[in-house]
Amino acid sequence: MSAVIENHHDDHHHGPDKGLMRWVLTTNHKDIGTLYLWFSFMMFLVGGCMALVIRAELFQPGLQLVVPEFFNQMTTMHGLIMVFGAVMPAFVGLANWLVPMMIGAPDMALPRMNNYSFWILPFAFGMLLSTLFMEGGAPNFGWTFYAPLSTEYAPPSVTFFIFAVHLMGISSIMGSINVIVTILNLRAPGMRLMDMPLFVWTWLITAYLLIAVMPVLAGVVTMMLMDIHFGTAFFNAGGGGDPVLFQHVFWFFGHPEVYIMILPAFGIVSAIIPTFARKKLFGYDSMVYATASIAFLSFIVWAHHMFTVGMPIAGELYFMYATMLIAVPTGVKVFNWVATMWQGSMTFETPMLFAIAFVILFTIGGLSGLMLAIVPADFQYHDTYFVVAHFHYVLVPGSIFSIMAAAYYWLPKWTGNMYDETLGKTHFWLSFVGVNVTFFPQHFIGLAGMPRRYPDYALQFADWNMVSSVGAFLFGFSQLLFLFIVIKCIRGGKQATDEVWDGAEGLEWTVESPAPYHTFSTPPALPERSLA
Amino acid sequence: MTIQTSKSKTTLKLFGVVLGMFVFGFALVPLYDIYCQVTGANGKTGGAYVASEAFEVDEERQVTVQFLTNNNANMPWEFRPTVRSMQVKPGQMYDTTFFASNIARTTMTAQAIPSVAPFHAAEYFHKTECFCFEQQQLASGEVIDMPLRFIIDPHLPASVKTLTLSYTLFDITDIAATGAAE
Repeated sequence: MSAVIENHHDDHHHGPDKGLMRWVLTTNHKDIGTLYLWFSFMMFLVGGCMALVIRAELFQPGLQLVVPEFFNQMTTMHGLIMVFGAVMPAFVGLANWLVPMMIGAPDMALPRMNNYSFWILPFAFGMLLSTLFMEGGAPNFGWTFYAPLSTEYAPPSVTFFIFAVHLMGISSIMGSINVIVTILNLRAPGMRLMDMPLFVWTWLITAYLLIAVMPVLAGVVTMMLMDIHFGTAFFNAGGGGDPVLFQHVFWFFGHPEVYIMILPAFGIVSAIIPTFARKKLFGYDSMVYATASIAFLSFIVWAHHMFTVGMPIAGELYFMYATMLIAVPTGVKVFNWVATMWQGSMTFETPMLFAIAFVILFTIGGLSGLMLAIVPADFQYHDTYFVVAHFHYVLVPGSIFSIMAAAYYWLPKWTGNMYDETLGKTHFWLSFVGVNVTFFPQHFIGLAGMPRRYPDYALQFADWNMVSSVGAFLFGFSQLLFLFIVIKCIRGGKQATDEVWDGAEGLEWTVESPAPYHTFSTPPALPERSLA
Repeated sequence: MTIQTSKSKTTLKLFGVVLGMFVFGFALVPLYDIYCQVTGANGKTGGAYVASEAFEVDEERQVTVQFLTNNNANMPWEFRPTVRSMQVKPGQMYDTTFFASNIARTTMTAQAIPSVAPFHAAEYFHKTECFCFEQQQLASGEVIDMPLRFIIDPHLPASVKTLTLSYTLFDITDIAATGAAE
């Protein structure tokens, strides 16, 4: 400890403040990262409970537990909370913890703004969740809130939804500006862009996507607000507007958004696989270029979400081929991960298990995405459970597994203690089985024609729905084990070494475990070419 | 403090991008309208047609034009075409009417929105006069025959044998009252 204190030449106190106000007023990137991670985990449980309401209702055909109106509110809120409350804040939390430590910066570049971006979130989601208790109920128009369902036919609470989205947008924009300014200005002397760890690279690109599309989302909800309250007719055909316009503007935001939720995951997996394969990452440069290509392509493929809207054939062909093009850089990445593992001395600790499951299951989700990109096939699959299976495969064993892998991987650095490996592996296998039992059957019922977003279904879908619901409860409850493991690890456990993992590379492993409250107050000297 | 100034520079630039993208989101609205008008995507037809060339009537060709009417949700008016279908020659001008009756107890304002199928034929369907170019205000019980004058462009692709012109009637009483609609 004394070595660290000697490095500080200023008169500031060295540790965190005491009490609750520490968390309210903090500008420390590690504190804010922790806040983000806990917040996102809470939202993950809230959104998960909503998913379990949905799966419980779908356990059997017929209406058992909830009325259809409430079912619609559950599907809508589940989607919104998981996307904006669980996955995105978790990645921002990881960026807060890791980006400064990985590039040798003392903190985020704009610490006060960092505090604001976090503390907006509880208000945004408090507002969104409060709609559940309002007259007319919570938003019930699906997380994609297509007009005119979300304008003319929306419950009165839609206004709260709109302002909640505005707040989430402001939070994300400030968070991503912070990430970009940090990465561009605060890298340790001598660290070039192409020396940065891939997690930093993927977050840099993600942050650019965020500042490009979150304002468009803010724009589209503002148009809704004006249609609802101020007599404009952006999406009302009677007044000269067009409901299809809504879908175009929404998906112009929405498609980059899905990459916002996966690119940081690519970065995490690219950090974990080399460590446990004890080899350098295969094809670092191609990973960077592939990430950038995916980000670029994400802006020009949005209409593949709306093939059935009645587009000219030329448009459908263009969006089909452009979408399929994304498989090329994604394929490069999967190839690189497999090549990294090839002939490595692999061990299978919990983070590695989650990372390998990510590679396999994300690829399955990617392949069903390719199937959906085929225009004539999409007319059959559109709005069925096949789509539900597809995006849950990329989001749950994709984004969520990567976040869990990251939690296990860096937890010893954050807490100074090793987590319980046996329990971690148990959590992995329960989650792995649960996820596949939940979502794989949804491919079958989707291809057989079951539409999404209905509380009831025809009898021929009963068996697979029952299987899917059993899997959902298994997956849902095994996340409580994750909570237990994390708390247990914070409270104690085997002392972690500074390096933690035997093959780990990067500046974050050069500081002691647990990472001190202030790191890299003086920029580190870079180890010889070992970062990439 | 060079790091401080370069930090502020980057931050300002990025806020500029955010502002630009917010404006761009709204710019998509007119861009979309222009795109649809140019390509006829979405079955959107243009405004009042002004002849830029004198068409020669194609005596050889017969095209069927069908008329459809729909009422948007909660629109009580009676609304139907006087003739449901016409055999027309490309290049020749035709007239027809649509019947509307306000069966509600109050004065209402309506707007008809046209759409042509197949979509790629939309740009060949020219309307020189159409009730859809203006709003219709009818007192309770009032009836009206609304005119449509159109001409099919002889450049209409040969594959198109039947054109469907559909009108959806919207209740815009509230919007018209606030004066926001055009």
